[in-house]
This record gives sequence, C-alpha cells and structure tokens, in this order.
Amino acid sequence: MHLPGYVNNVATPFFVTGDPMIYASDVLIVLTLVAIVFVLTYFKKWGWLWREWITTVDHKKIGIMYLIAALLMLFRGGVDAMLMRTQLALPNMRFLEAEHYDQIFTTHGTIMILFMAMPFIFAMFNIAVPLQIGARDVAFPYLNAISFWLFFFGALLLNLSFVIGGSPDGGWTSYPPLTEWPTDPGPGENFYLLALQISGIGSMATGINFLVTILKMRAPGMTLMRMPMFCWSVVGASILIIFSFPALTVALALLMIDRLFGAHFFTMLQGGNPMMYVNLFWVWGHPEVYIVVLPAFGIFSEVVATFSRKRLFGYASMVASIMAIAVISYLVWLHHFFTMGAGPGVNSFFAISTMSVGIPTGVKVFNWLFTMYQGRIRLKLPMLWAIGFIPNFAIGGATGVMLAVAPGDYQYHNSYFLIAHFHQVLIGGVVYGMLAGMYYWWPKMFGIILNERIGRWAFWVFNIGFYVCFLPQYELGFMGMTRRIYVYPAGMGWTALNLISTIGAYLMGIAFVLIVWQVLYSIRFPERDVTGDPWDGRTLEWSLPSPAPHYNFARIPTVTARDAWWAEKEARRRGEDVQKELRPLEPIHMPNNSGRPFILSVCFFIGGFGLVFEWYWLAILGGLGVMLCLLLRSLETNTDHYIPVEEIRRTEAALGRL
Amino acid sequence: MSLAHEEVLSTPSSDVPVEYSTEDGALKIFGFWIFLATDLILFACLFTMYQILHINTAGGPTEQELYDVPGFTAETLILLVSSFTCGLATLEMRRGRRSASMGWLVVTVLLGLSFIFLEVREFVDYVNRGATMQRSAFLSSFFTLVGTHGCHVSLGILWMLSILYQLGRRGISAMTARKIFIVGLYWHFLDVVWVFIFTVVYLQGVM
Repeated sequence: MHLPGYVNNVATPFFVTGDPMIYASDVLIVLTLVAIVFVLTYFKKWGWLWREWITTVDHKKIGIMYLIAALLMLFRGGVDAMLMRTQLALPNMRFLEAEHYDQIFTTHGTIMILFMAMPFIFAMFNIAVPLQIGARDVAFPYLNAISFWLFFFGALLLNLSFVIGGSPDGGWTSYPPLTEWPTDPGPGENFYLLALQISGIGSMATGINFLVTILKMRAPGMTLMRMPMFCWSVVGASILIIFSFPALTVALALLMIDRLFGAHFFTMLQGGNPMMYVNLFWVWGHPEVYIVVLPAFGIFSEVVATFSRKRLFGYASMVASIMAIAVISYLVWLHHFFTMGAGPGVNSFFAISTMSVGIPTGVKVFNWLFTMYQGRIRLKLPMLWAIGFIPNFAIGGATGVMLAVAPGDYQYHNSYFLIAHFHQVLIGGVVYGMLAGMYYWWPKMFGIILNERIGRWAFWVFNIGFYVCFLPQYELGFMGMTRRIYVYPAGMGWTALNLISTIGAYLMGIAFVLIVWQVLYSIRFPERDVTGDPWDGRTLEWSLPSPAPHYNFARIPTVTARDAWWAEKEARRRGEDVQKELRPLEPIHMPNNSGRPFILSVCFFIGGFGLVFEWYWLAILGGLGVMLCLLLRSLETNTDHYIPVEEIRRTEAALGRL
Repeated sequence: MSLAHEEVLSTPSSDVPVEYSTEDGALKIFGFWIFLATDLILFACLFTMYQILHINTAGGPTEQELYDVPGFTAETLILLVSSFTCGLATLEMRRGRRSASMGWLVVTVLLGLSFIFLEVREFVDYVNRGATMQRSAFLSSFFTLVGTHGCHVSLGILWMLSILYQLGRRGISAMTARKIFIVGLYWHFLDVVWVFIFTVVYLQGVM
C-alpha cells in the first residue's frame, strides 16, 4: 500500500536475532512462562486466577493488578535506564550499539510514562477513591475492568516488540518525519503506535469513569468541599485525561495512517507538515505530565495531614490550585519546542503561561509546609517519601522556570539539563508520590504493614542515589552534552560527571531491590493491621477493616464534616454515642463478574498485532471480535446481583464489626 | 449494572423521564455526555489538521475541482432529517409507544444508510479521478476527517439495529429507554459534527 519512493521490501525477521542479550532474554522469558504455568497448574490455581482476578470487576482487585503491573514495568523501565547509564558511564563505551541504544531510550521513556506512571496512578485511583467517598464501587465497574485489560494488553504489545519484530527506536515522542515509513521501516514504530492507542482507550475510559464516580456517587453529606484532597486531585487528573487523550489518539492514528497507508500528514512530501504531529503530541503530552503528578499531589496532601495529625492547611486554596493547574496545563504545550521558531509572540505567550504554572504549584508546596508546621510529625515511610519530595520538587520547579525562559531554552533545549529537570519532577514528584501512596494504602489493600526498617534503607539509598544520578546531569547539560547520544569521546570533561551519574543510577536500582525485598520480607513476617486504621487516619477508607470487604461499606456512611473519619473519632473521644444512628442492614446491589473485558482486550491485542505486521486479515479478525464482544454486552440483561443481609451480617461478624 | 447507591441518588418519580428513572440509567447518560466531550476533542483535532493542510494540494486536485454541490447538499439534508426522525423516536419512547418509536428508528437507519451510500459514492468518485489519500496532504486530511465521521455514522447504524432488536424483544423499559436516549445523543452529536464538516470542508472549499 506504499507510494512510489517507499521502500517496502525491508526484510524484518519475525523474531529479533543477533544480539546475545536478546537471546538471553528469550531464554528468561520462556523460563518465566514455564514457571508461571507450572506453579498455576501444580497448585491448581487456574480457576482461582480466572474467578478471583481475570473476571473481577471489584475496584480493589483491579487496583492491586494495576499496582503489580506498574511495579513490573518500573522494573523493565529501570533495567533500560541501567543499560543506558552503563553505556554512558565512560567515554567510547562499546557495551551497546547505536541501534540498540536508540531502542532502549525509546522503550525506557514510553514504558515509564505510559506503562509505569499511568497504571501506578490508576492503581491509587482504584484503591482509594471509592473508599474515600463512601461508595461501593466505581460508576462503571465493567468498564473499569475493560480499562485495566486494555492497558495490560497494550503494555504486552509494546513489551513483545523487544523479542518479536524489533523495538521502536524513534524516541518516546516518536517524531515524524524520522518515524515515517521511509526512514524507519519495519514493525518497531507500529508497535509503539498500536500499543499506545490500545492502552490510551483504556485510560480515557478510566478518566470518564472516575469523574462520574466522584461527581455522582459520593456518600450523603459529602459535598465537593468536604472531599478528601486525593479525590480532588483525581477530579483534576480525570478532566485532563478526558480533554487531552483524544489529541494523542489523533496524533497516533494519523501517523499510523501515514505509515500503513502512505498518507501525507507528517511527511516532507506532498504538503505534509511534521510539526503538526509535534503540536498534537504535546497538546496531550503536557497535560499528561499533570495527569500523573496531580494524583501524587493528592497523596502528599493525605499523607502530610495524617502524619502531622493536623487538618490540611489551606484546603480551599489547594482545590483552587488543582483546578488552576488543570486549566493552565493546556496552555503551555509549545514550551516543548520553542526552537520550532514560531516567533517571539507565540514563544512569549507560552513562556509566560509556563512560568505561571509555578504559582499554584508553589501554593501547594507552602500548604504542605504549613500543614507540617506545629504538627505532631511521625516519620513513617509514607511521610518520609513526602518530605523527600519537597526539596526535589523545589529544585525541579526552579529548573523548570529556567527552561520556560524561551531565549534560555535555545541553550538548554534537548540537553542533559532538560533530562535532569524532567527526571527531577517526574521521579521526585510522581514516583515519590506513588511510593508514598503505596506504603500508605498497603495495609488497606493487603492487611499488612510493610516493614519499616528495610523501607527506611530503601528510601535513603533511593534518595541519595537520585541526587547523585541527576545533579551531575544539570552540569553535563551546561557543558553541552545532548540527550540521546549513545557515545562520547574522552577529553570533553564529561567523564567524571557521567561516571558519578551512573553510580547514582545503580544506587536507585539497589533501592528498588530493597523495596522488593521489603515486600517479600513483610509477606514472610507480616505485621498485621487488625484495627483497619494503622496510621490514625482522617478519611473514610480508614473506617473500614483492612482489607475492606468486597462491598466496602455495610452501611453507606453519612458525612457531616471534612475529614469524616477523624470527625467521627473525635465525636467518640468526646463520648458522643454514634452507634444510635445505625440503620438496619439492607441487601447490597453489586455488579457480576465477567470474563468479557478480558476477551475484548485479547481481541484488541490480536487486531493490534495484525496491524503491526500489516496482516490485515488478522486485524479484521480482531476488530470483528471487538464488535462481537460489544454486541454481546449490549444484549446482556443479567449484569448484577444482590448480597443478602444474612451474608453481610456474617461477613461483618467475621471482621468483628457488628 | 446499577450499583448499591439507589438510596444515595435519584429515586423514581413521575417528573423524571423514563430513561433517567433508575440510578444506573442516570449514571450512564451522564457518562456518555462526558464520552461525547472526548469525541468532540477528537474531531476538533481532525478539523485543525484539515484547516492547516487543506491548501497543501501538492499540485493535485483542489477543493474546487472535487466538491460537488448537489452531492454534499443531499448528504447534509439527509443527515439533518435523520437527526429529526431520531428525535421523534425518543419522543415516542417517552410516550411509551414502542412501535412508533421503532418505526422512527427504522426511518433513521434508512436515512443513515442513504447518507453512507452517497458518501461512499463520493469517495469512490474522487479516487477514480486520481484524488486518493496518498496524493496530497489535503486529501489525506479530507478522507480522514470525513471518513472518521462516516465510520461513526456506520457504527451508529449497527448500534441502532441492535437496539431495534432489543426493543422488539423486550419493549420499552428503563433499560431500553436509556439505550434509545443514548444512541439519540450520539446521533445528534454526529449531526452537529456534520454541520461543521459542511461549513469548514465543503462550503469553505467551494466558496
């Protein structure tokens, strides 16, 4: 289907060959698969896996699956980072070839943003939001399962490229015309386009789902201004998802049409305009940064208030700043390419709008500091990560303002200064936030508190490793080292700084291993959370047993104040009898489990795989499967059931809650 | 698939239309409105692409050479009328008249099919005259924008057929009423998008 001038006869072997590291990975993948199949068969767990996890529509289980996936992808993206830092440790390294290095920085960026940060925030959405607003599930539980499985199979598709067909190598932004077919033939970029498209549909559905959930399903009495701050941050992130992801959908679809059908949206021929891809990509890409960081802000707000034993300082200004960030973040996308040369008027507008994001963000940082001020601070693990975040974000924010100065940006553009800046805000903001959230809600998910001692080691090794890794990169940027170079000569003065940076990266790797060890250790020697409220929390999720029963609330609570659970505990301390208000139990209406979200996503995967290799019969087959799944769902009437009062009473009695 | 929140939100009452009478229905309609917002942004991006690229004909066929006034006028009238008949179907649904509602839906589907027929004929005609998607950036963006709308309409037709089947089997209930209402929202939305295509693509092209 390609036009004259297109070289379409590139021989790409189905399985990636040639590199010993790939063969080693092939062996490891096969061994892991065999091990998983063996364990599931030996312990007769296939049925359990299907009934309890694959078909589940329970937000708590979906959250746990997102969390596991995010940690696995953090591992994959982290290994990519280690490989890059090893290659750059010394001048003239011959550890990776140029082509392989290109693939690794592409998959590192793509995985970390879309398949690590996104599922991590969705894990937190799912785990916390319905519990915090006093709901029994999200608005559309079946759609929620579809979102997860679309993400899962999108991630699988991208990761498959590593051993089948070849990884994408055009950078995580995948700019044309480089990524057009003539300059980048083969399935690699197709994998990128289809994997992001499939998981993007899931992300959009999640945005809609959580916005509706929060706007329509709050417990009686919980007005918007009584909501926990994390829920507000989810509102902000959901609005951003809803209004920005369609731009990514279009950017990816048009580039795919260019590549597969020879159209000319972004080519240099026949009137195409590559800068339009860059515009569309960042119309999504910049809000995306706030999509992942707003929930982290929400988590910090919860954690800082809980571990300072104070109500959050400046609640209304926090809400205002979240909404301000949500709006302003649409008006800044061009700062990613000031060097496009759109002229001083355009660049000035985007420079000023970019700097103005610093105002609401600054408000938030001061609010956290004032919350801690005169609080009774307990340095538990979530709080440690929250406090570690603040200096990180101050430096990242300051360098961000430097980058926002358009004339200055001509100097730093695409240098290691930029690399250091966005890692400082994305790791320092998002990863610290998500780890704080993971430690904070881990007891609520599993009923176990993670081991404090190993966690402290992990925190300090990570935090020190982080600065050791990224502070030298600011300097390297000033010295002229640009991103995406795979080798540099000796005598540039870059060697010592690069070596230090690599050591820092290894330290972060060690910290990840420590976290894994911490989890395994805590499973082996669990410290159980029997109260359901291990941190003396303030919001409704801590009023439930850990882990919460599948219907969450036996009775939907009535909310009378901000920090609803804290208010109830205060009332009890004053000796007020809150028990008298208890209503009798009623049957609970719950959605049925369904295997169709999984099957639907498998069909998407098959269709996507077909398009990657331009096997159109397979793509059509996958598409028909998708349509069939949608039709069957539309015809389904038996979609929910009631939990009888007797069963609720038994469950609650077993949890000691009657 | 309503959840355990009936006690929290809307309770059935005679002032509430039947499609909103269950909490499940109200949630889904609200969710669908938000979905339409995402679809609107998607079309906005495609319109932007068209507006930027429509002058880049690369020496190939231009808008004036291609666009056929009677053809796109007919498409426009058919789609506008189908939106009206779809509205009538919703109205009859609210009055509880199943067969009238189904009848108007059938008319809507037939009008939708004739719209698609005309559009496919238009596309085939262009391709036969050498105006393919691969010819120029203008044509890439034309076929993608108008084609995306056409795909939406085609999907809407299949969707209405499924709802017609369900109406025939189950009659008007809170559930089928909600489905008629939502597919109606979708259909009217496509009508609005077409008004913009009519203006931005066709009128701008021939004026």
